[in-house]
This record gives sequence, C-alpha cells and structure tokens, in this order.
Amino acid sequence: MDSKVVPKRQIMRLRGRSYVAFVFTPFMPIMNWLEEIDATLTHSPDFFAGRPIVLDLSAVELSSHGITHLVSNLEGRGVRILGLEGVEASGLDSGLPPVLSGGRGCLIQQAEPKKVEVQPPPPSSSLLLQNPVRSGQRIVFTEGDVTVLGSVGSGAEIVASGSIHVYGTLRGRAMAGINGNSAARIYCQKIEAELLAIDGYYQTAEDIGETLRRQPAQAWLDGDVMRITPLN
Amino acid sequence: MAKVLVVTSGKGGVGKTTSTAALGAALAQQGEKVVVVDFDVGLRNLDLIMGAERRVVFDLINVAQGVAKLSQALIRDKRLENLWLLPASQTRDKDALTDEGIRDIIAELRTRFDWVICDSPAGIERGATLAMRYADEAVIVTNPEVSSVRDADRIIGMLDSKTVKAEQGEQMKKHVLITRYDTSRASRGEMLNIDDILEILAVPLLGIIPESQDVLKASNVGSPVTLNDATSMPARAYMDAARRLSGETVTMVVPTEQRKGFMDRLFGRRAA
Ligand SMILES: Nc1ncnc2c1ncn2[C@@H]1O[C@H](COP(=O)(O)OP(=O)(O)O)[C@@H](O)[C@H]1O
Ligand SMILES: [Mg+2]
Repeated sequence: MDSKVVPKRQIMRLRGRSYVAFVFTPFMPIMNWLEEIDATLTHSPDFFAGRPIVLDLSAVELSSHGITHLVSNLEGRGVRILGLEGVEASGLDSGLPPVLSGGRGCLIQQAEPKKVEVQPPPPSSSLLLQNPVRSGQRIVFTEGDVTVLGSVGSGAEIVASGSIHVYGTLRGRAMAGINGNSAARIYCQKIEAELLAIDGYYQTAEDIGETLRRQPAQAWLDGDVMRITPLN
Repeated sequence: MAKVLVVTSGKGGVGKTTSTAALGAALAQQGEKVVVVDFDVGLRNLDLIMGAERRVVFDLINVAQGVAKLSQALIRDKRLENLWLLPASQTRDKDALTDEGIRDIIAELRTRFDWVICDSPAGIERGATLAMRYADEAVIVTNPEVSSVRDADRIIGMLDSKTVKAEQGEQMKKHVLITRYDTSRASRGEMLNIDDILEILAVPLLGIIPESQDVLKASNVGSPVTLNDATSMPARAYMDAARRLSGETVTMVVPTEQRKGFMDRLFGRRAA
C-alpha cells in the first residue's frame, strides 16, 4: 500500500449503501487518516452526528486489537460505527460491531457542506411502474422521477435521481434526488417507510413521527434538514 | 387443459408440503386427475406426508437425467386412484436438476394430468426458482406473522419476473393461502390481521387454514389431512380452497375458536 500517494480527498468515501450507511475507508497510516477526520469534525462538528457509519477495512491491515482501538477512537469522536466491512469476522473482538457483507454500492453522493452549485436542470423523463414493487426488488432510475401505482414492500428499494411518487403504501426504502438533486421529493399515499433519503440526507422509520404513520405524506429538504409533512 | 400450480413461500416450515398434499388430495377427491411433484431435493418429505415413502424407486432427478421413464417414477396413491406422486431425491445434489430437464418433465405431465402441483423448497435459490419456472398459477403460503409475509412478498416479486409466464409478458395467477392461523392467538390479537396481510401482498385470498392438531395427526399416519379426516376444520378449509382453485365461488370462513360454537362468516369477501 502506498500511503504517500493517497490524495487528500480520499480521507473518507461517503457511499450510500443498500443498508444506507456511509462508508469510511481508512488508509495507512491510520493516524493521518484520523487527523483528517478530526479536521472534518472541527470544520463541521455535527457532520457525522446520528449517521450510521460503516468502516471498510479492506485498504488497511489491522490486527483485531488494532480494529478495536480504531473503533473506540472513532466512537470517542462521536462517530458511531454500525458495522465493519472488508475484514474476516473470525478472531475479532466480540465487542466490535458486526461484519457486514453483501453491501451494494449505489449512487448517493454527500455534498459537504451543502454547496450552492449551478446544477443542470433535472431531466424531465420519468419511469412508471404499474405493479407493486416487492420485497427484495430494487429499482434504480437515474434519469428522473419514479412513479409507482401500487405499494412498495418492506425490504424493497426505489432509487431515483428525481422525485418518487408512490400511490400505494410505501413500506420499503425510497431514495430520491440521488445525483445531487436537493429539490427532489418523495410523495406517498400511506407512509410506513423503512427509510427515506433525498440527496443523501435520510431518515429511518424511527425518525418518522407516529402521527404521520399510515397517512399520506411527503418528504422534502429544507436546507439540509429533511422534513416529512402530511399531504392533503 | 392441464394446470401447473406451484406451492411456494420463501420461508420454510410455513406449510407448503402440507398444503401441496392437502390441495392435491382435495382436487383428486373432487374428481380431478392430479400429480403432486416434490421439488425439495435433499429434504424431500412429500412422500412421507402422502404415505408413499416405502414405494419410492425412481425420482425427479432420475427422470430429468433420462435414467428412468416418467411412468416408472410416478407413484399412484393407495387411497385415490386419480392421485399420483412424483418424488424428489433425498440423496442427490440439487444441481442435478436442469432447467431443460424440468421443462420436459412438466410438459409431459401436462399431457397426463388435470393438475400438476409442485411443492417448492424454501428459500429463493435455484430449487425454488425451478419449481416455479413453468407454473401457470401460484399458491403463496404464508403464516400470519411479519417475516413470513415479507418473504411471501419477495416470492411474489420472483413469480412476476423469473417464470416463463412472466418472461412472455403474461400475468401469473396468484393466490394467497394463510396457514397455521391460530384461532386463540388471533382472538387475543397476537397475529397479523388477515386484512393487513392481504393489503400488503395485494393478491387474492385462497383460504385460511387453522393451526390444528389434525394436521399433525394426519402427517403422522402418512395421509393428506383432507383424506385422513375430511370433517376436520383444516380439511374443510383445504377442500374449500381446492374448489376455489377450480373456479368455484365459496364463501370464505375465518376460523374462530371452536368452543365459541359458531363460525364467523365473512360475507362479501370472495376469493376471486
Ligand atoms: N395447519 C397446521 N396446523 C398445525 N401444524 C401445521 C399446520 N400446517 C403445517 N403444520 C406443521 O408445520 C410443519 C411444517 O409444515 P410443512 O408443510 O412441512 O412446511 P414447509 O413445506 O413449508 O416447510 C410440519 O410439522 C407440519 O405438520
Ligand atoms: Mg416442505
């Protein structure tokens, strides 16, 4: 591993995954990497607050002890590690987060801090799904809006560069505006979603207010805060 | 014209094999010529439930590989002359089943039977996809609990994408069969509600089979429940479900606790 040529921008790769966490990829030497994390934290202290993070250890070779140390170091900085990737589960300290597998990359990019960029106008094309989207199905549409006439099942996932419209119940995950379109919205007839994300900002089922559950609702970005409001 | 029906679920232990045997026997009792086909290679048990385990010579894989003729592998039921079993292999590797092999067997079974009922293995892997591949209709078996319903939803997605029917752009006809419906737990509100299950799956209801000792009693003596005790609650529920498969309209009965002494009839909901 050639740590000297690792460009600065690589201190972390924020990738939305199918379990939708952000993925950190530490490099050697670890101390340098941690310093850069610290720099990010001083710059915007709440950046990682409440966000599940996955630690991808495939680019470093650490002993079980080293991993434990790194995880507790990060936790000391308020960075919660949801799981590990790129490492064998056997021989790891039992107190460590679980080793995840089968994470699928997707296209979410996190803009930090929110830049006011001139973005190309959102493409006008759209995808219409006449049938329910079932558990385990994943629809990725990077050219605009997705409209689902039926429901989106628990464990199903819709990813769109534009807005997402669900005329049935949204029980699974909906990720709108994935290529940096913060104006994208998610609309549904009945909200029971497992996860909603717009332009990388997300809320999980637990964040969605009880009073909204099973009601018609929309999700949109108000600056860098996701709002979920009733539709009527 | 013959109908090929797959009994599938995603999750294991929900009652696929029990339902395959009971629906197969019920259709045969109603005069249809039926074969039940065990796709659960390595974990076969349809032969046990049918009480035919001591008569198995050749199996599905032998036929698929051309080692045996279909007529040599088919086992006729001792009680019903128009009910047959095509057993799975308990010992062979499931990779021995090929898509073409199954295609040819199903095509031949279509020429000989009114109903070909395929008992799917659990899971979403090859065995399950092969069992559904050539089906015309599907019975999705689910229990009234969240994980089973979610797996059923997943399987429905596969029925709509991985079957020959789906690839030809046709809609596969689907039915939900709710099994192991525990009346006492239902009365305490401890199970998923039937309306919620149907709303989630968005597939018409074929029947509700109560959790019952009669199912265990029947399987212990190697008999489909509809044959062992035709008057029992699960047998009657399976009989009704079989009639609905044949296109009859039969009022849906939601099983209730028997000690209450009455059946809660739900008028207005049809299994259409
Ligand atoms: N309605 C029922 N009442 C009680 N037990 C049942 C019922 N249906 C199935 N069972 C039992 O549940 C277990 C699993 O059933 P089985 O039909 O083998 O499921 P699968 O084929 O889906 O794995 C068996 O022991 C069976 O006897
Ligand atoms: Mg079985």
